[in-house]
Amino acid sequence: MRPENYQAINQPPSNEFELNFGPNHPGIEGNYAFKVKLNGDEVVAAKADAGYLHRGFEKLMEGRLWIQNLALVPRICVPDPAPMEVCYSLAVEEICGLEVPERAKWIRVMQLEMSRLAAHLFAFGGHAATTGMYTPMFWGVADRDLILDRFEELTGGRVYSIYNIPGGVRRDVPEGFLERMSKLLDYLESRLPDYDSLFFTNQVFIRRARDVGTMSQEQALKWGVTGPPLRATGLEFDVRRDDPYLVYDQIDFDIPTEPGGDALSRNLVRRAELKQSIRILRQVIERLPSLKGPVRCPIPNPLAWNVPAGESYARVESSKGELGYYVVSTGGDKPYRVHVRGPSSMHAVQVLEKLAVGARLEDVAQIMFSLDACPPEVDR
Amino acid sequence: MEDIPYKYKGSILNPLKTLGFFARKPVTVPLEPREAAVNYRGFHVNDWELCIGCSTCQKVCDNAAITMVRIPGLPEDPVKGIRNERPAIDYGRCCWCGLCVDICPTSSISLTREYVHTCREDELDSYFILPDPNGMHGEYYPKGWAKTDDADLVDLDRQSMPEQGPEERLQSFGEFVGGYDTQQAIVEASRCVQCGMCHDSCPANMHAPEYIRAIWEQDLEEAVRQIYRTNPFAHVCGRICTRRCEAACSIGVRGEPVAIRWLKRYAMDSVGHERVREIATENRGDYLSGHKVAVIGAGPAGLTAACDLARNGHQVTVFEALPEPGGMMRYGIPSYRLPYNRIDDDVDVIRAMGVEIHCNTRIGEDVSMAELQQDYDAVLLALGLPFGRSTRIPGSEHKDVRSAVDLLRRISLDEELEIPKAAVVIGGGNTAMDIARSMARLQIDRHGKADITVTALEDADHLLADPDEIRETGEEGITILPGRGPKQCEVNAAGDLVGLTTVGVISVFDSEGRFAPQYDESDIQRHEAGMVIEAIGQLADTELLGEELTEQLEWNRGRLQIDAGCRTSEDWLWAAGDLVNGPDVIHAVADGHRVATSIDNYLSQQVEATS
Repeated sequence: MRPENYQAINQPPSNEFELNFGPNHPGIEGNYAFKVKLNGDEVVAAKADAGYLHRGFEKLMEGRLWIQNLALVPRICVPDPAPMEVCYSLAVEEICGLEVPERAKWIRVMQLEMSRLAAHLFAFGGHAATTGMYTPMFWGVADRDLILDRFEELTGGRVYSIYNIPGGVRRDVPEGFLERMSKLLDYLESRLPDYDSLFFTNQVFIRRARDVGTMSQEQALKWGVTGPPLRATGLEFDVRRDDPYLVYDQIDFDIPTEPGGDALSRNLVRRAELKQSIRILRQVIERLPSLKGPVRCPIPNPLAWNVPAGESYARVESSKGELGYYVVSTGGDKPYRVHVRGPSSMHAVQVLEKLAVGARLEDVAQIMFSLDACPPEVDR
Repeated sequence: MEDIPYKYKGSILNPLKTLGFFARKPVTVPLEPREAAVNYRGFHVNDWELCIGCSTCQKVCDNAAITMVRIPGLPEDPVKGIRNERPAIDYGRCCWCGLCVDICPTSSISLTREYVHTCREDELDSYFILPDPNGMHGEYYPKGWAKTDDADLVDLDRQSMPEQGPEERLQSFGEFVGGYDTQQAIVEASRCVQCGMCHDSCPANMHAPEYIRAIWEQDLEEAVRQIYRTNPFAHVCGRICTRRCEAACSIGVRGEPVAIRWLKRYAMDSVGHERVREIATENRGDYLSGHKVAVIGAGPAGLTAACDLARNGHQVTVFEALPEPGGMMRYGIPSYRLPYNRIDDDVDVIRAMGVEIHCNTRIGEDVSMAELQQDYDAVLLALGLPFGRSTRIPGSEHKDVRSAVDLLRRISLDEELEIPKAAVVIGGGNTAMDIARSMARLQIDRHGKADITVTALEDADHLLADPDEIRETGEEGITILPGRGPKQCEVNAAGDLVGLTTVGVISVFDSEGRFAPQYDESDIQRHEAGMVIEAIGQLADTELLGEELTEQLEWNRGRLQIDAGCRTSEDWLWAAGDLVNGPDVIHAVADGHRVATSIDNYLSQQVEATS
């Protein structure tokens, strides 16, 4: 029997609740937050919450000399910093009409592919960790460290190379470097079967990742997806081949694709790209000794360097997708405006929000890692 | 993908694969200390001997991590361009980008292969470290990222100056240096790192960094404004300055210094004269002090002082014995180096400042010193050194043994001169080169062929003339014989001068650095010439002072005794320029400023005393 004044209260179902995922969470790349609404362990809605890494890179660049920005841009993506400095340099070179020497172009390709290898090792290691497999993570990080050793030798810095300068690169390749690089490539190639048997062909991983975070090719194009996530939907698009920069048009490499569009496919594309990067690096090692000459063209004194008024958009294929720098000069010694098109600004925000819906809570971290989203690219 | 068998469903035996790893080295291994790569960008090291304290590292540092710290024990010499400041680095800010290394003009700063450092107990709260040649805290670190040709961000080569070839320029007294065009000037100005060594070394402390920057920004009126802050002889110094600034330029440590003189010339030539006059007189107030100042001598020192005093509201009158103002600039420097119309432009600006100039007025004849003392509140002697010194060697009293300054003056005055077919010049300074090159031009004009020999006491590496002058003199076919001392002017039986005999020089100075040439008497050479020209130094003409005043004044080894403000022992009389300090236009300009300040202070005190 109900009391006379009884009124039914219309309240939301008690099985839905909100959960803060991040900004400090082992399943998030960097400091980044994700608010998910759950029904049981199923995500019914998700909202990206960026800004924890905001340092105002784009605005900072407007107050610094053209050359000083080279020390700043690599910080926009820690795991894959080389494309940042190369792309910024390409944009400035385009405005100034600087002619980069052939040798410097090949060295830049080497740096970019080394960085891609390091970033992919990091990414699949991270993905493995989100599915509870820690050995691939240790392997990925340890083998990436061997590439960082070579970066240290080539550029003087392990993570932030700060190796490029508009007009070329800052140092020539050290003596004996190419042999050591070649040995490293042999080692990495010998490791690929190990990675396969432990991770990429491991049924534990395949069953966890298949049909998780799936998007169609049509969706990918609509959402501005680029890089491995786009190629994992079956579309063969790669800036290196479709809008060649540096000397990529003189290099043989395949563009791996996968049809699935899911977390598994994205990882398999990265695994195939490891092999392609090794292939590209071998061609650079073969070609570089025959290219003599300077590694950069002269530029004016950086303290009094007015870049002519103009604008340019340079794009490169980073490990995460299409990275672009839109640089505007009004003829001054500092950029008027620099806009960074980080691929993760799409992948980590709207794409992740959409893919997370319908997934289970334990797959959210997996989806983010499979997109290889890099929060500082969002917070630039 | 074909090479990844991910569709492979697995086998029950797969786990056995792991057994193979027992025989392999672990992928992750404990870290062991190891040396960093050869190019590693670790902590800084700085070679204090090479470092000149120019602070360029500080300017390029994108983290503002570098502070220049004064080290009192280190040498400091503005003339050589050395400051006793060294960079200290805040490792809480540094990002190890190494731009400081790549831009360092001297290549003194490098990065090391060290990346572990423990602060000393007394600096636990600080990451601020002063690297020296021994690393940090005397702990040696091997060098890592250091300067290489690949990475050098300093532009070591200057823009070449367009000039006529020797054949062409010998045909006339016209200016043969063309001047920079706009593009060249911008590129040359962009080489400057704004260290300010030029400002410190300039006797007049010209604001060179500021006007170079303004030229780079193509704000040429601002450049002119900056030049006129300290130098009313902007056109003159843009052409014939001895440029102490370039000797101190930090780019000059490893490369060619910034062409500061040519940049000044470019700025002055690019702005119209009317506008220059407006800019130069911008800060002249309409205040009139009521004081009168007389300046004797319209050379650079006298006119600079006159200009400063007029700007401060005093009524200034300049007396000049010769027909045109300019002093040695007009009557000592040939017009192929300094065209007269440029001196006229500079003098016109000084006149616009309110200075009155009376030419053809010789003190002692037209006006007496006593009259000046009577009529003016202060009198400045800026007489210069109009007479040439003589070698006093046998035969030097012959009428065809001439003084270089006297000849140069006569050439400027367009007087009729007897030009010999061959002449020998004694001396190795700029005056010797000037008269040699002027005579060569006159010889070509009269005889179609030049024959001039210059003999100098100093050896080829220590000639006193400007290296550019020496190069140009050589290009014009004039023989320079270094290391030869004059012995005798030879006169034949008919009484005609026939040549000069010289003797080889062993040394010019004695062990204590005093002038005491030693000769090798076995090394005698004879140079045939119809004229011997002495260019070995100049003398003052102090006769105009009169006996009484000369008696009253204090002298020091034949030179007028003056105080730090260029005031003589008589309280109404000042002296400046070559007469008391040497030896060039920019020093005379500096002297002019100094004496003007002293006179202005004196006159201001008089106002206070009477009011």
